[in-house]
Amino acid sequence: MTLASPSDFQTSPQSSPDQGGPRGLQPQGWLRYLSFSLDHKVIGLQYMVCGFLFYFLGGALAGVIRTELASPISDFVSRETYNEVLTLHGTVMIFLWIVPVVNGAFGNYLIPFYVGARDMAFPRLNAVAFWLIPPAGILLISSYFIKGGSAQSGWTAYPPLSLTTPALGQVIWILSVLLLGGSSIFGGINFIATILKLRRPGLKMMQLPMYCWAMLGTSILVVLSTPVLAGTLILLSFDIIAHTGFFNPALGGNVVVYQHLFWFYSHPAVYIMVLPAFGLVSEIIPIHARKPLFGYTTMVYSIIAIVVLGLVVWAHHMFTSGTPPWMRLFFTIATSFIAVPTGIKFFNWLATLWQGKIALNSAMLFACAFIVNFVFGGITGVALAQVPFDIHVHDTYFVVGHFHYIVYGGTVFIIFSAVYHWYPKFTGRMLDEHLGRLHFVLTFIGFNLCFAPQHWLGLNGMPRRVAEYDPSFTTLNQVSSVGALLMAVSTLPFLINVVVSAFRGEVAGDNPWKALTPEWLTSSPPPVENWIGEAPLVTHPYGYGTPADRLDLQLVTAEQIWNDPKP
Amino acid sequence: MTCDQQRPVPIPSALITLLLGMALVLAGLWVGYNVSLLPIDASSNAPVYDALFKVLFSIGSILFIGIVGLLIFSLVRFRRRRGDSSDGAAIEGNLPLEIVWTAIPAVVVLFVGIYSYDIYERMGGMTPLNDHSAMHSSQPVGEHHHHDDAPGQKQAIMASSTSAPAIAADQEPGRVWGGIGVNSPQAQTLTVDVTAMQFAFIFHYPEGNIITGELHIPADRPVSLHMEARDVIHAFWVPQFRLKQDVIPGQPTQLSFTATRPGTYPIICAELCGPYHGGMRSSVVVHESADFDAWLSKNTPPAPATVASSVSNPTA
Repeated sequence: MTLASPSDFQTSPQSSPDQGGPRGLQPQGWLRYLSFSLDHKVIGLQYMVCGFLFYFLGGALAGVIRTELASPISDFVSRETYNEVLTLHGTVMIFLWIVPVVNGAFGNYLIPFYVGARDMAFPRLNAVAFWLIPPAGILLISSYFIKGGSAQSGWTAYPPLSLTTPALGQVIWILSVLLLGGSSIFGGINFIATILKLRRPGLKMMQLPMYCWAMLGTSILVVLSTPVLAGTLILLSFDIIAHTGFFNPALGGNVVVYQHLFWFYSHPAVYIMVLPAFGLVSEIIPIHARKPLFGYTTMVYSIIAIVVLGLVVWAHHMFTSGTPPWMRLFFTIATSFIAVPTGIKFFNWLATLWQGKIALNSAMLFACAFIVNFVFGGITGVALAQVPFDIHVHDTYFVVGHFHYIVYGGTVFIIFSAVYHWYPKFTGRMLDEHLGRLHFVLTFIGFNLCFAPQHWLGLNGMPRRVAEYDPSFTTLNQVSSVGALLMAVSTLPFLINVVVSAFRGEVAGDNPWKALTPEWLTSSPPPVENWIGEAPLVTHPYGYGTPADRLDLQLVTAEQIWNDPKP
Repeated sequence: MTCDQQRPVPIPSALITLLLGMALVLAGLWVGYNVSLLPIDASSNAPVYDALFKVLFSIGSILFIGIVGLLIFSLVRFRRRRGDSSDGAAIEGNLPLEIVWTAIPAVVVLFVGIYSYDIYERMGGMTPLNDHSAMHSSQPVGEHHHHDDAPGQKQAIMASSTSAPAIAADQEPGRVWGGIGVNSPQAQTLTVDVTAMQFAFIFHYPEGNIITGELHIPADRPVSLHMEARDVIHAFWVPQFRLKQDVIPGQPTQLSFTATRPGTYPIICAELCGPYHGGMRSSVVVHESADFDAWLSKNTPPAPATVASSVSNPTA
């Protein structure tokens, strides 16, 4: 055990933890954000800023898509470029924006605080995991400029299409996704080790803030499913480079097997993007509603249920492929039942709000809009799980609308909520509330304008991934494009806010929200190794409404626990 | 967690809750049954699909309006008043409530699952695909033609079962990998071989040895499409039929349906298949029975077949 000695916890308040050892050689000031820093907070913010840069790139690519679709004919970019753009958009948004930010950025920043540790279990592995991302991203983008262009077969890269499109771009795409998958696995291992092995003595699993449970579940999914994607893509690259026949029907390969293997990762990937958001919203809502998180135990069990069920639902992406009837039936039932633990979580958040003292600030506005959006996306998701329903709308804009309600309306809204919530911790300054609300209103309206009409388009005959469509769909596509424009505009107040507030924002103090979770019980921004002195033992992270003297905060030192296992 | 702090969450008086709940259910049902989001129905399983859609739409509306209503009510009713810096009630959970809202989604999901299974069965989706009888896919269809078809037609159908999927000829004969309503044991089934390629559908009628780029079928007569792709994966989708099936290279798939409403409907490729994927469209023309026979005899070539133009939009 890493924590086998009580002497680990005897850092006296006088000794400055960032002197001596390898950390003393690290750059200070803003330069450390460009360095191979081992500090989990620096790495977390590196993930965050890097993720946002890729988000703006992915957003620009979405702008290209929506501009092309503003008219029913292919007139803005060439058809080949359009397929490159939609492939890049999906890959960038999933692998370079949502997964790194909602796992890597917030996970690295918050998990060590939540378990009462000074850093992640494997700081160097942590830095390696981050520094795989920028080269992988640059590699992916650079493939656009090579001869033949970047991958054109969608983020799903189904063979035989991915075997017939320009080979170099597809191979670079595979390489880039393998690097990002590796980064994701390294991060997952690190989170599991940190949560299970680096908890402060005296801190029990069922006392951890909910985000720890979400990240534990997510990381288990990452470690179990990402290697399958890696293996599949390596086989695919053999088919492209060495002309093997794993997935090439002309050589006796089976294209449906690829889809099974691909979705064995890529459906859990949805939970890898969504579960951490569930965790973050469980931290944000109790603080701003001044109420304990409702039903902690059932929340934990629902996360476990989602992890288990999430591994056995993949073939619902293949209801129109070559799947036998029994398989369609099984995956319908398994997929539908994910609605049960997910429903429990939403009812618990609503119950947390009930009788609270709700401060409707920017963080809370985004969190509540997340509930609205995700419930909508969840309902269309249960419908999509039904084979007969899916057979009509599979691979149409209905599905595009559905998953953007989940990953944008769900996860991205929570990323924004979390930035408003934790920015004071990151920088020591508050974000401006007026700009925050403007950002929220523009984003919420733009998002719904963009993606709600797509459900109707899909039901009425518009397939996804097309550069041209039936002219009768023009009006709603233009509405959708206007929504996308609003979403693009909405990032301006956010960007201005984040940059200006870093220098001129109201000074936040250590704990502006009067929160009880551990990251707020240290200074803002926190010192290297997180606490001057010992980490507090927070056994009631959601103890709002309970008198402070009953919360047992910081009453027990690790040494006492170590000498007397039953305090 | 600590149970001594629990007390039941006060809810509005039972009567108001009941009335609100009933209003909610009625509103959801009204939305589900009055808001039409689907294109017209032109196949026998489209009305079945639409019934499922109405049920799902109603349940979804009830849940969505209810949850969003509750959320907005909470945000207004429990907003933090100016100058109030106290905490809310220290309620950490309520077991009966949690059991209720575990049971509600479980019951809804179970109902939806059983109902959609029933719909799926009615669409012919549960017909076994890869068992031994399906190995020779067209044979059962041919056998049901004993009493009502001209011997020549029957011969043509039987022939198609052995020769049609040209690419898979060297593989297991006619093994079917996926589809809806395959081998529906109905008489008079019209069999059409569909070949999908970048970026067109080609339809071959074994009955009259006709090859077209546009699908012509009679109304009210079962049609069975035997589909195979020549290059990459495509998908055959007719929104007005509410049916879609991937067309997969090396793996024949089948789609059986009965069109009900004469007219011209789009056939759309729904699986990304390359740069011109968006232009890979065709049409299905549903004829009255007599018109179809006329079309069939008019287009049956005396000599080797001529390929009708397979342009992307042959509706004109």
